[in-house]
Amino acid sequence: MTERLDGPQAPLEDDTSGGSASGPDETPRKQRLIGPSPTVALVFLLPAAVLLGIWVVYPIVYSIFRSLFDAAGSGFVGLGNYMTIFTDPSMLTTIRNNLIWVVVAPIIVTTLGLIFAVLTERIKWATAFKLIVFMPMAVSLMAAGVIFRLVYDEDPDKGVANAVLTTIHDTFSSSQGYPEARPREGDQSAVAADKGAVVTKQPVQVGQPVLIPIVGIKPQIMPSDAQPAKAAPPGNDLSGTVWFDFTAGGGGKNGAVDASEKGLPGMTVEAVKDGTVAGTATTADDGTFRFDGLPAGSYVVRLPQSNFQAAYHGLTWLGPTLITPAIIGAFIWVWAGFAMVLIAAGLAAIPRDSLEAARIDGATEWQVFRRITVPLLSPVLLVVFVTMIINTLKVFDLVFIIAPPSVQPQSNVVALEMWRVSFGGGNNQGLGSALAIFLLILVLPFMIMNIRRFRREDT
Amino acid sequence: MQKARAAAVLAGLAVAVAACGNAPTTTQPAASGSASATTAGKTLQGVKLEVAAKWTGEEQKNFEQVLKAFSDKTGATVTYASTGEDTGAYLGPRIQGGSPPDVAILPQPGLVQQYAKQNALKPLTDEVTKEIDTNYTPYWKELGSADGKSYGVLIKAAHKSLIWYRSQAFDDAGVQAPTNWDELVKASQTIADSGTAPFSFCGASGWTLTDLFENVYLSTAGPENYDKLSKHEIPWTDPSVATALEKIAQIAGKKEFVLDGSSGALQTDFPTCVTKVFGQKKAAMVIEADFVATQATQDGAKVGEEAKYFPFPKAGDTAPVVLGGDVAVAMKDSPGAMALLQFLASKEGGEIWAKLPGYLSPNKNVSPDNYPDPLTKALGQTIISAGDAVRYDMSDLAPSAFGGTDGKGEWKVLQDFLRTPTDVKGAQSKLEDEAKKAWK
Repeated sequence: MTERLDGPQAPLEDDTSGGSASGPDETPRKQRLIGPSPTVALVFLLPAAVLLGIWVVYPIVYSIFRSLFDAAGSGFVGLGNYMTIFTDPSMLTTIRNNLIWVVVAPIIVTTLGLIFAVLTERIKWATAFKLIVFMPMAVSLMAAGVIFRLVYDEDPDKGVANAVLTTIHDTFSSSQGYPEARPREGDQSAVAADKGAVVTKQPVQVGQPVLIPIVGIKPQIMPSDAQPAKAAPPGNDLSGTVWFDFTAGGGGKNGAVDASEKGLPGMTVEAVKDGTVAGTATTADDGTFRFDGLPAGSYVVRLPQSNFQAAYHGLTWLGPTLITPAIIGAFIWVWAGFAMVLIAAGLAAIPRDSLEAARIDGATEWQVFRRITVPLLSPVLLVVFVTMIINTLKVFDLVFIIAPPSVQPQSNVVALEMWRVSFGGGNNQGLGSALAIFLLILVLPFMIMNIRRFRREDT
Repeated sequence: MQKARAAAVLAGLAVAVAACGNAPTTTQPAASGSASATTAGKTLQGVKLEVAAKWTGEEQKNFEQVLKAFSDKTGATVTYASTGEDTGAYLGPRIQGGSPPDVAILPQPGLVQQYAKQNALKPLTDEVTKEIDTNYTPYWKELGSADGKSYGVLIKAAHKSLIWYRSQAFDDAGVQAPTNWDELVKASQTIADSGTAPFSFCGASGWTLTDLFENVYLSTAGPENYDKLSKHEIPWTDPSVATALEKIAQIAGKKEFVLDGSSGALQTDFPTCVTKVFGQKKAAMVIEADFVATQATQDGAKVGEEAKYFPFPKAGDTAPVVLGGDVAVAMKDSPGAMALLQFLASKEGGEIWAKLPGYLSPNKNVSPDNYPDPLTKALGQTIISAGDAVRYDMSDLAPSAFGGTDGKGEWKVLQDFLRTPTDVKGAQSKLEDEAKKAWK
């Protein structure tokens, strides 16, 4: 934009200073004679030039100047702030994240927009469909952030993403028995946890009842049919008791079956000899179990892991690993509709005859799409793509709102870091200015590309 | 345009004249009765003041009542501006732009030092300093000072050495409120065995983790080391820090101790973790300050019956009392600003505020009898009786890049530590790195 302003201004000054123009100036001069006089042009340009100067040129120049100073603004540090950007590990994470954004988000948005646009051409309810896909554009990014913060909530009762995942998961395998329960541990305890299962520490002799104390059972998963636990009577079989070794209100003896403690019904128990399962039993309502017809000898009694299968809680969307993809997902939700509308407009302008000619020549639909539609659409695709790159470079609000504070460092992007460093607690406006300039330099090539493109279209 | 300017000049003159005219009347009573300088009627008639603080909702309403009492007394018009969560981010640009509010309530004394360095604060007048001397212990006066000059008054305190618990969970497990760290760990094990997660951590709110660390550190390392670490005079790689982190790992390191596991806890922000204890009844304890009471009440728990607290147990030799609080400073040279600071520092102003819920006063002359409920009364009593042994929240004394910014400094490292509580050494060296950056 500034280029355009400067363009006409420079010759204007020339004109006022030296009256007699030289040869090369001849042609533009003739053109100008048709339009208004230079002074009138200057007067009309002045307000815009002043406003741009105040709000665009001066801030940029001042930011460059400020970026060479320290936090207080008094000590000159040269390029020190820029050095910090490229050496500080948290800044490097920030730059890495921006790179992921720039590479991934624009491609997905443009591709999705293209797919939607091409598909909507062929369906009956195109307008309704387009309206729905475009709808997120009507929501501010901030509100979209709040929505997606909820969507990605870890609790499947709140977050839609995890609700879907857990529902799918539970149709195939659901939680069983006593999730998150564990054996009572300690030196006195006869049992220990072993790779998710519970085993007796010592092999047990047949005829000697085993006690397997379990703790940490949540009130809501305690079966209603559980009876007070009983120690299995000694007999000729391998027998024992699995029970919840905790007296409500305290006072029970650890590792002993107390009066009010309940057995754990439905628990699968295995007798293991030399690594192979010799027998399987299930506990009764009072927690007792008995292996029938087991040959005499010593066995390790094991409660296999299947008893303690924890419920599937879905993914930790807002954790350090998935946070950036999750936020990019929200970004796509917002911008895909915008891309679709632009591309659909371009699609409508494509000459139909070339498509039909290709079809008559025997091209398949894919070939038509690949060889005719996409090349003809490429100017529009490029505009969408470049706009998205600029949008991703300056992404701020989505990251700020969706990422919980504990993963902000892992999801940080340059624009957010710039704000945080200069105002949001860092109070280092020198470093903040340096980041702003860095961002400007990143955006500049794409801006120039867009401006050139518009110019070419003008002429 | 000309007219408007003339009017502005006239108005300015009028204010100046009014200020001059009032000068004798304000100084006279100050000389005779130091406690209440503004007794001589509505001395600030027509003066407009802007006060900026981070309070919203109920807290804002209560504070506005105090401001109204000041207006009624002096005739000044006081407007309240909310700074939002991040006071620094709000005030920074306004200071840069040359139009700060008359009075700002800073949530961290660290900001007092920072703004004093930028020459953004006005030193307190003698009347206000006198008021502070009569009503506060020297430790609090020092907190509001920078380079030997007094700039701020601590007007509101928060008691951060508490652990809140759901009494039903303790009854079910048959445990009593612990009095030392080992008892706390043992009680936690028993509660976990009973099938309830003992702790609901507010990992997404970094300041709750620094509060936990400060209590354990003050208790294990003692007040002298606490003061040194606050000023970064000893490094974070000091063995005393390791001791404190290991103690924290004892309660944060066991899977069954932490509600929803460490990744769930790290996504839980402050009021939500309270709801998980008192609203959803999923956990037994939440380690945070007196203001938990507000959220617990909203979650339907009756404070004192369902929701109880015990003092933070001794993890070493010292019984920790860590306070947080808000410091009021003047950012413009105006008689109104100083009068308001004096009012807020006075016994009179403190007692008006104390009668409203959700307020604790660090003013030693504000009698605990003013508080509306027995719980606050007891808390107020502990602050007054602890006297000089009390310490201020360490992270709030640090530069805000270290102790008060999401995703940076101590907040970030302690969150990472909650994720992997085994890595004490790594956490220490990262803390030291961050501290070096912030203190340079």
